[in-house]
Amino acid sequence: MTVQGGVPDTSEARAAILERVRAALSAKGTHYPRTDSPEGRPSDIPAPAGTTHAVTELFVERVEDYRATVVRCPSTGLGAALAAALGEASSVVVPAGFGTDVPGQLLRERDVADVHAVEGIDAVVTTAALAIAETGTIVLDHGPGQGRRGLSLLPDLHVCVVRADQVVLTVPEAVTALRPSVMAGRPLTWVSGPSATSDIELDRVEGVHGPRTLCVVLVE
Amino acid sequence: MSRTFVGMPTFPVAAREAVADTQLRRNLGHATATIRARRTAAVGEVDDWEALRVKGAQAKDRVLADLDTYLLQLEARLTEAGATVHWARDAAEANAIVVAIAKDRIADDPTPEVVKVKSMATQEIGLNEALEAAGIHAWETDLAELIVQLGDDLPSHILVPAIHRNRAEVREIFRREMVTVGRPAPDDLTDEPARLAEAARLHLREKFLRAKVAVSGANFAVAETGTLVVVESEGNGRMCLTLPDTLISVVGIEKLIPTWEDLAVFMELLPRSSTGERMNPYTSMWTGVTSTDGRPDGPQDVHVVLVDNGRTTVLADVVGRHALRCIRCSACLNVCPVYERVGGHAYGSVYPGPIGAVLGPQLRGRQGALEQSLPYASTLCGACFDACPVRIEIPELLVHLRTKVVDDHRGGVPTPEAAARKAGAFTFTKASRLEKAQRAATAAGRLLGRRTHLTRLPWPLSAWSEARDAPAPPTENFRQWWARTRAGDAGDERGPQGEGQ
Ligand code: SF4
Repeated sequence: MTVQGGVPDTSEARAAILERVRAALSAKGTHYPRTDSPEGRPSDIPAPAGTTHAVTELFVERVEDYRATVVRCPSTGLGAALAAALGEASSVVVPAGFGTDVPGQLLRERDVADVHAVEGIDAVVTTAALAIAETGTIVLDHGPGQGRRGLSLLPDLHVCVVRADQVVLTVPEAVTALRPSVMAGRPLTWVSGPSATSDIELDRVEGVHGPRTLCVVLVE
Repeated sequence: MSRTFVGMPTFPVAAREAVADTQLRRNLGHATATIRARRTAAVGEVDDWEALRVKGAQAKDRVLADLDTYLLQLEARLTEAGATVHWARDAAEANAIVVAIAKDRIADDPTPEVVKVKSMATQEIGLNEALEAAGIHAWETDLAELIVQLGDDLPSHILVPAIHRNRAEVREIFRREMVTVGRPAPDDLTDEPARLAEAARLHLREKFLRAKVAVSGANFAVAETGTLVVVESEGNGRMCLTLPDTLISVVGIEKLIPTWEDLAVFMELLPRSSTGERMNPYTSMWTGVTSTDGRPDGPQDVHVVLVDNGRTTVLADVVGRHALRCIRCSACLNVCPVYERVGGHAYGSVYPGPIGAVLGPQLRGRQGALEQSLPYASTLCGACFDACPVRIEIPELLVHLRTKVVDDHRGGVPTPEAAARKAGAFTFTKASRLEKAQRAATAAGRLLGRRTHLTRLPWPLSAWSEARDAPAPPTENFRQWWARTRAGDAGDERGPQGEGQ
């Protein structure tokens, strides 16, 4: 293996591995029918069922199960709900494209050249790409209003605004709906409750490295 | 630096030690029972769990059936997305690649270091040791891995590697060791899990913010889109995947899944099977070098190392290859009666429990005594298959491997166990021989009095009794009883069947 400018050349290993794979697959009595198309058959994913009242209720129940807080409000009450959710937090980082006025001392994403600068800020507010009722999950694709990934990671409080019509019922519906984001090269962050560990005697402890408090503001 | 598994004793020897460790047994019993109950509840919520398992198994089989094509597809997508793809035939090559990249980026730093998010692949190849040898320190950032690393210890469970440690021990390790490698533990640290977690948060935060290079594995690699997926709980994964400039992901070639939509199946199967949650707290998905709305987001120097290290050998075995479906959820560990009692260390590798008993000898070959003993580390009860989210028929694979181990020994000097079996066959095929043997045994049984079990037999039978208790021979066998009570009727000591063949 030669190294050029810090990048090793592994073309020999590449050829060898592919050769071994092909030899292994052509072994007699292979259990696998080789398919013609490399895409294979996609799994049969149900079409999104649409958001109903029952779906949002389930979402709220499942988010609260993770010991996250849910604040419900009409769209006219969002400012007040954000103020309530932010509580004591004295500094808040606000992503580019976050449409609502946020109270408190603000750091705007456009003034953040390097996400390391967010360290020390108390809270972050974001929107989400969608939410999953069955698992109580919010998904960020880091589009406008959601910020770069570090923004929603370093502060200790994450307030996430979800519109009721963004809640889908199942994981497969969510994955189907997220395809355009992935094809556009966006990273995704799935968040189900606050950071947690059960590593010490299996006691669940909220908050190791990510935000120790998660508050979902559901706009209905 | 953590110890390695090299030079481990065979399974029965290590198991006897582990079973004698009462703290380990208590912790393991508690852990496996708790996770089992959680898993059962989480799985029970899904109406069509069985259909989901079938889909998971099929998706993996589809990938494995055309692995060459899917690998090339993944490589193409990753390259388009700005990542550099490297290929490694074995552990040494994989380590050399990571070391070369890391060295180039940080060799001039006063304290060259990388941060790591838990990855079984990097444990398998012994990456931390290789980095250490190159003068680069690798920081494990999972709480449990941190406990293991600071305690100079070995992981005992895939999911909760420090399950053999009690909270008081964790506190001691943190107080003693954190100060030697960075921010010390707070003076008033108690053994409350929340306080211990906080100590880890503070200790590692400075490392996350400082590190220039991160190393990860991947739970899944989507061939169609080039997307890598890391499933975690604590947020240390998100830190490693977003804050440093350089990200090196070490990915076994069996981690691929075919399409983006297939990921849905695994995002349902894995958390419920693994931690017994509907969904794990954090999952990160990224495709090469990422930017969001024109701004760079996360590492801009992205490398993916595709590792074979024995996997193509497993693939060539038409029965054994099903083990490559494994998504490392650890459900099979928690339901295994053998694992529950001996814990992970006795399996002698990073892959413990039923799947370790299958993968160990397959990935590393069957030359070592430990590898030869692993396929026998099971009662073949089948609980692992029932729990496995991708329907790996572990008992069938174990029997398959036992056959291979036996075949390896054909023609050579038989082991005492094999000699004992041969003697058994000789005795059982002729009634008169059996009778003689039984007379000898019942005579011995009368000498043994009230003992009901023989725990150690003299050599060569010790090969059998080393791992099993044998019931003591009865003081009277059926034939003798028949002769005593019915001798008058039958007049023949050979019993009701008359003719012994
Ligand atoms: S063999 Fe199955 S149950 Fe065991 S870790 Fe792998 S996927 Fe999970």
